[in-house]
Amino acid sequence: MMALRLAWRELRLIGRGPAFWLLLGLIQVFAAWWYLLLIEQYRSHYEPLVVRVNSPMGVNDLVVLPFYGSVLLLGALLLGAAMLAMRLLADERRSGSLQLLLSSPISMTQLTVGKYLAALGCLALLALPWLLLPWTLAFGTELDTARLLSANLGVLLLVSVLAAIALFASSLTAQPATAAALTVAIAVALMGLNAGVEAVAGGEDAVADYLALLSHYEPLVQGLIRSSDIIYFALLVLAFVAFTIRQLDSLRLQR
Amino acid sequence: MTSSEALLHVDGLGRHFGSRLAVADVNLHVARGEVLGLLGLNGAGKTTTLRMICGTLAPTRGSIHIAGLDLIEQPALARRSLGYLPEIPPLTQDTSVGEFLAFAAMLRRVPAVRKREAVARALDRCGLEDVAGRLIRHLSKGYQQRVGIAQAIVHDPALVVLDEPTVGLDPRQVVEIRRLINDLRQEHAVIFSSHILPEVQALCDNVVILHDGRQVYSGTPTDDDSQWRYQLRLQTPPAPDALQVLAGVRSVKQLESGLFELLLADDSEALDGVLAAAVSAGWQPREFGRCRRTLEQVFLSLTAGEAAA
Repeated sequence: MMALRLAWRELRLIGRGPAFWLLLGLIQVFAAWWYLLLIEQYRSHYEPLVVRVNSPMGVNDLVVLPFYGSVLLLGALLLGAAMLAMRLLADERRSGSLQLLLSSPISMTQLTVGKYLAALGCLALLALPWLLLPWTLAFGTELDTARLLSANLGVLLLVSVLAAIALFASSLTAQPATAAALTVAIAVALMGLNAGVEAVAGGEDAVADYLALLSHYEPLVQGLIRSSDIIYFALLVLAFVAFTIRQLDSLRLQR
Repeated sequence: MTSSEALLHVDGLGRHFGSRLAVADVNLHVARGEVLGLLGLNGAGKTTTLRMICGTLAPTRGSIHIAGLDLIEQPALARRSLGYLPEIPPLTQDTSVGEFLAFAAMLRRVPAVRKREAVARALDRCGLEDVAGRLIRHLSKGYQQRVGIAQAIVHDPALVVLDEPTVGLDPRQVVEIRRLINDLRQEHAVIFSSHILPEVQALCDNVVILHDGRQVYSGTPTDDDSQWRYQLRLQTPPAPDALQVLAGVRSVKQLESGLFELLLADDSEALDGVLAAAVSAGWQPREFGRCRRTLEQVFLSLTAGEAAA
């Protein structure tokens, strides 16, 4: 209950500043532009081609898939996560208001979960245009609903991990700019882990492949819901939340 | 005073940062209605001690009991009886005063039905009713400090801990904050740190002086009762040695030509002996009076090592 109250207050405070609304507006513009571009491309280029060769592919493959696989979506979510990292805990530490939370009768777990839920809510709101826009295709064509739901789940799971990374990065430093940079660094490292290892080792690495974020996101976008992917996302969230609790505890224990 | 009345009981508190000793063997005892002043030079360990009392820093050794509850064993319960104003007030700049106090009340587990009343009372006690709807960032430093104190008392805690509550304020604001602290003693035990001696002297029932992390004095702010000192002015003064050899004289310090500070044994015979000797030797005594060591003198003598360094 306390965690929910903390989350609600944090969300209200985030909503008061211009940064969140500015970012939400920008993301909507990006999402709409990219979506319309993909539809236009499909109508003028792919549709006649698909009819000519009698291909089973349709909007689900040629619009929805690239829409969710776009680097624009990842960039927008990273930007949102970096913005959140600047304020969640780093700003509380910098301004001294963390002392109020640490001296209050609440546990570090309640504080961390409250902040996490706020970050999750905020990032989910930012991702809303990406979740909703493809559903408008239903007005003009037949949609693969299950596949679209799977892609939406993928975005939400990605959001849940980015929120946890932002929270953890924010707990590491009292400098908001450093927290933002750390968020981007950790998230990019996790996303491109397999590609990096591949480039160095000169071949695929099973461990790096399993640990990389995008290798678990892409199957969901393609409509493949695997329990191993969901467990992977849940473990990442739990790990970063646990690291944050530990980091906050270590502020009391500082050596 | 029995220990059951103690709202704060600190025993053998110590803290290391790596190999550096920040606080060692601090013992504090504060009862309801009492104001305890924590004095010390910058870096003496005042903030570290207060942070440990408020649970934002874990002690290396020692125990802390707040309203009878062990802060280390039962942190959440013990912190309900605690209100803390850190050195930098922990304010949320983008909220209104009333909204911030409601949040502080929620954090301190004030029941929802009593929250409005608790906020109104804190606003009233700290003279903030007129600015309740204003954003904290638009308030002057003095008002922000008051909001800091209001958040510390909004849940009516047994113990109020204030870390340098008057630092950076103008003289009028200092007087207002002092008045507020004086009012707090009616219902709470208060502990506050400062390095402003007149402030401590004006407000505190007891004083603890920290130096290099160690507790070097604990007592009333007006005097070290065991040491009675006298000032003696002589028209025809002898060498200080001539006073030193008189019976009952423990030490002699020449303050200026003809003016001596004597530390006597605490009995009337020593006093009579000195006066009789001064008259019979023809030193022509002109003034004689008892002087108590001021807090400033006690403080400066106990922290002399730092000053010399």
